[in-house]
Amino acid sequence: MSLSGEALNADAVNRLVSGYRTLPGVSDEMFLTDGSIRPVWTPLLNALAQMSGEEIDARTARADQYLRDSGVYYRQYGPDDVSERDWPLSHVPVLISGEEWSQISAGLVQRADLLERVVADLYGPGRLVSEGHLPAELVANNPEWLRPLVGIQPRLGHFLHFLAFDIGRGPMGRWWVLGDRTQAPSGAGFALENRIATTRVFNELYAQTGVQRLAGFFRIFRDALLGLRQNDGSRVGILTPGPLNDTYYEHAYIARYLGFNLLEGEDLTVRNGELMVRTVAGLKPISVLWRRLDAAWADPLELDEASRLGTPGLLDAIRSGSVTMVNALGSGILETRAFLAFLPRISEALLGEPLLMPNIATWWCGQQREREHVKANAQAMSIGNAYATRLLFDQDDVSAIGGTFDREMHESLMAWIEHGAGQLVGQEAVNLSTTPVLEDGMLTPRPMSLRVFMARTPDGWRVMPGGYARIGHSGSSLALTMQSGGSAADVWVVNPGPAEKETMLSTPAQSFVRQQPGVLPSRAADNLFWLGRYVERFEYSIRLLRAYNLRLDDAPSHDTPLLAYLADYLANRDCDPEDGIPVGLSAMLASATTAAGHVRDRFSMDGWMALADLSRTTAKMRQTAQPGGDAAQAMRVLLRKISGFSGLVHENMYRLTGWRFLSIGRALERAASLTSLLAHFADKKAPDGALDLAIEVADSAMTHRRRYTVATARDTVIDLLGLDPLNPRSIIYQLNEITEHVRQLPGSEEHRQLSPLQRGLLQATSGLALQTPEGLGSNDLNSLGGEIAELSDLISAKYLR
Amino acid sequence: MLYDISLRISYDYDNAADSSRHMVRLLPADLPGEQRLIAGNLDIHPRPDELTSGMDFFWNRFSQIAFLHTHEDIDFNMHARVERYEQSTPLDISPPLERIGSDIRAQMNLGPLAPHHFLGPSPRVPQSLATAAFAHEHLSGRQTVFSAVRTIGEILNKELAYDPEATLVDTPMDDAFAARRGVCQDFSHIMISCLRSVGIPAGYVSGFLRTVPPPGQPRMEGADAMHAWVRAWCGADMGWIEYDPTNAADVGTDHIVVARGRDYSDIAPVRGQMRIYGDHKTTQSVDVLPL
Repeated sequence: MSLSGEALNADAVNRLVSGYRTLPGVSDEMFLTDGSIRPVWTPLLNALAQMSGEEIDARTARADQYLRDSGVYYRQYGPDDVSERDWPLSHVPVLISGEEWSQISAGLVQRADLLERVVADLYGPGRLVSEGHLPAELVANNPEWLRPLVGIQPRLGHFLHFLAFDIGRGPMGRWWVLGDRTQAPSGAGFALENRIATTRVFNELYAQTGVQRLAGFFRIFRDALLGLRQNDGSRVGILTPGPLNDTYYEHAYIARYLGFNLLEGEDLTVRNGELMVRTVAGLKPISVLWRRLDAAWADPLELDEASRLGTPGLLDAIRSGSVTMVNALGSGILETRAFLAFLPRISEALLGEPLLMPNIATWWCGQQREREHVKANAQAMSIGNAYATRLLFDQDDVSAIGGTFDREMHESLMAWIEHGAGQLVGQEAVNLSTTPVLEDGMLTPRPMSLRVFMARTPDGWRVMPGGYARIGHSGSSLALTMQSGGSAADVWVVNPGPAEKETMLSTPAQSFVRQQPGVLPSRAADNLFWLGRYVERFEYSIRLLRAYNLRLDDAPSHDTPLLAYLADYLANRDCDPEDGIPVGLSAMLASATTAAGHVRDRFSMDGWMALADLSRTTAKMRQTAQPGGDAAQAMRVLLRKISGFSGLVHENMYRLTGWRFLSIGRALERAASLTSLLAHFADKKAPDGALDLAIEVADSAMTHRRRYTVATARDTVIDLLGLDPLNPRSIIYQLNEITEHVRQLPGSEEHRQLSPLQRGLLQATSGLALQTPEGLGSNDLNSLGGEIAELSDLISAKYLR
Repeated sequence: MLYDISLRISYDYDNAADSSRHMVRLLPADLPGEQRLIAGNLDIHPRPDELTSGMDFFWNRFSQIAFLHTHEDIDFNMHARVERYEQSTPLDISPPLERIGSDIRAQMNLGPLAPHHFLGPSPRVPQSLATAAFAHEHLSGRQTVFSAVRTIGEILNKELAYDPEATLVDTPMDDAFAARRGVCQDFSHIMISCLRSVGIPAGYVSGFLRTVPPPGQPRMEGADAMHAWVRAWCGADMGWIEYDPTNAADVGTDHIVVARGRDYSDIAPVRGQMRIYGDHKTTQSVDVLPL
């Protein structure tokens, strides 16, 4: 099929857009006001027109499949719950010509420079206030004006390094700035995922037309971040509030994409004014943080004291000039909605020129004349919180739109404006332009706004060519936010002629240097260690439960001594078999999932999905499974699934330090389980059948038959599950595994004194190796269990905090 | 008036903290025209591994200290000699309450003394309908700002019971007001809230109160620990004045200032995070001896 440079295939295209009704008084991205199609859309419409309905379905399904497979999600906050939702991609990109994009870019670069001057003044000389360009009240009452940061110059002079702007096209076809995103703008990672998914729909078209690529922007920004470091030995990290944040997926994605460590506040500490990461190899300096954490939470010592997400002392490190924050703490003040009322005049005052791209007309009700204007024109305005840092369509405070409150109020609109005064701001209600979305194979107009990203580089601001469009789910431009059911689309900036190819990889001319040595943060290691332990604990419990339910199914009566003995043992492990699938099992999985959730940037997508599948299956089975054959069958299914998970992790995970901690966790838990198993079921007082049960639970029945030509006896069972260094289901084998991994960890170099951990390991291993099957009694096993628990503490003390 | 002041604050942890970091504001301030810090010394035990000092936004001196090793307790021992100057009785040259707004708007600066910082909600003094209704009930717009400050202070002193058992250091201001009881911190936060609700900029002062009363006068409440009171901005001509609602008294030579901020959270004597679980116990003793 022919895609570009051809005349419009008029009939087919007409069919496609026949139901497309632009709204009066509203611009459209595809149609000009005279009803003609903007030329930049021609190739895409041609391509779509040539696809059958089935083909379009197949292609959009391919895009959705990509998003599901790569696990793109965002968190949605409902009234009662928080859930992860699939990423709502609108499959038709928004197309903008390169020429128009240049104008947009120029306007936003000017605005970025202006904002840098404003924030430098607010945290510096304060002339905007003293010279009357900005009311003192709007700064002093502003929760984003962080007094402890006043007077602190950023280490390299700049407050702003990465910005986003929300812009929209008004009725006359002009672009307007709707809001400035200066705190910790999100969406750049989602823009990348939107791009990849959208090219699954339009792969040929994308390859042949001059759509500007995104990778170059990220490469340049990565290099700019590396350039901000104090020295080559120092690091760049991405600071996230953690997995409960609505855009955590993106933080993990960006960290992986750029090759930087994903850090939480706990990972960091301050030593003599220098910011450090806690890693398994000790404290390592870090001098650049791209933060996705709102500033107020960053340091509980000097900012919000309730914060559990921050790093005490971070401000001390900033004061002593050892760290560059991207963006500087406190730059969130620029997002204040009421500032839009003053920026046009501030531009004249500071830059001596008007804004190239206007922002949405705004009146602050703290001034009497402006307040009267808002009252008189309330019908044509959106009125809301002056200090809000979100767009008016992300309503969280009381708002009045077009003269009507968005919720029930006990006062009149005029009284509300009068007494709200400086707390309120009125903004002209703009009808944003519409752009086509696919609905039932037809194109339909929906309102949209664009988020445009820009990064500071040594050569000035660089605008990401394209970005991220928010699309409303109905005709109203109020429905743009994701949280209320909107969707997102890719933005293509189209140049005439083919695109140059750009990727994240450096061109061969530059030699590639791996910038970030793979030092594992302690918290990530801790989560991997516990993930290993919980998964192994889950498997052991399943094996015990299967053994129990198989015997229950066979037993003529329920109270054989062995069943009672086993039920007792299980109940002590929080797995009462009376429940069919005990609640303790779900709890272990939940703990494993939480641990895995904190390390999503270093954990394969397949592994994550296998874990999610396991949780779903367990939850489903819990509702129906009855003790006995039914539960035994359920355990078989779970055992197969957990083996699948373990296989994925151990076959596919790259052999970095993180993998070692996962493996140590698993080995340690297995050694502990086996020790406990033998102490109870190979005990001289254990009921008949206990030895066979131990062999079965340890999955060693076949081996036992092959190695010992006798029936199970206490000595053979102890030998095989305790002392046989070739049996992966023996205690000694697992202790040897741990020893081997620890040998490879930082701080275990040869010619050093043994660490307490190494000494503990050596003691446990050699003590066990010297035992004979006859000599190893339940008391010895119990004290070995104690030593193994001690090893876990020693590992934590040395590496995990 | 010359004073020798000593203060001891001890923290005991149930579980040893493996490291901790604190902001400390314990030394009396040096305030030209108000008080002079002749000598001051802060001993911390165990010795902190790190110590930096600086001035905060409101020009209070702070120290940031860090312990990098396990410790079960921290003792702060502060000794200072301070001269507190006699102040003349304030002459009421403040504007009527209904005109305070235009006085504030005319202050086009954001320096530490600017009234703008002290008008809006702050972490420990959020907006409150209860205190606003209370303040409006007892004031009229024709009253001067200074008399409004005193009126609110005196009424609160009668309305609230001094009760060290009623509140904790983190009891919300609204709860203390609803219970009508508390200590100097609660009295001060409630008064600040009332004043801000009628448009008077108001802030929080931490400091010391002389322990031994002048002959023939009763011992004042709050003298056995660090004390707190209120400052209010009474217009461009009169500026800042201080008032102690716990004792219904103007602030004079009996009060020694340590730090000033919007509320307690700006200037907590010791603020800090421990990397531990479990509880801790605090004891405090203060001596303020006139020489």
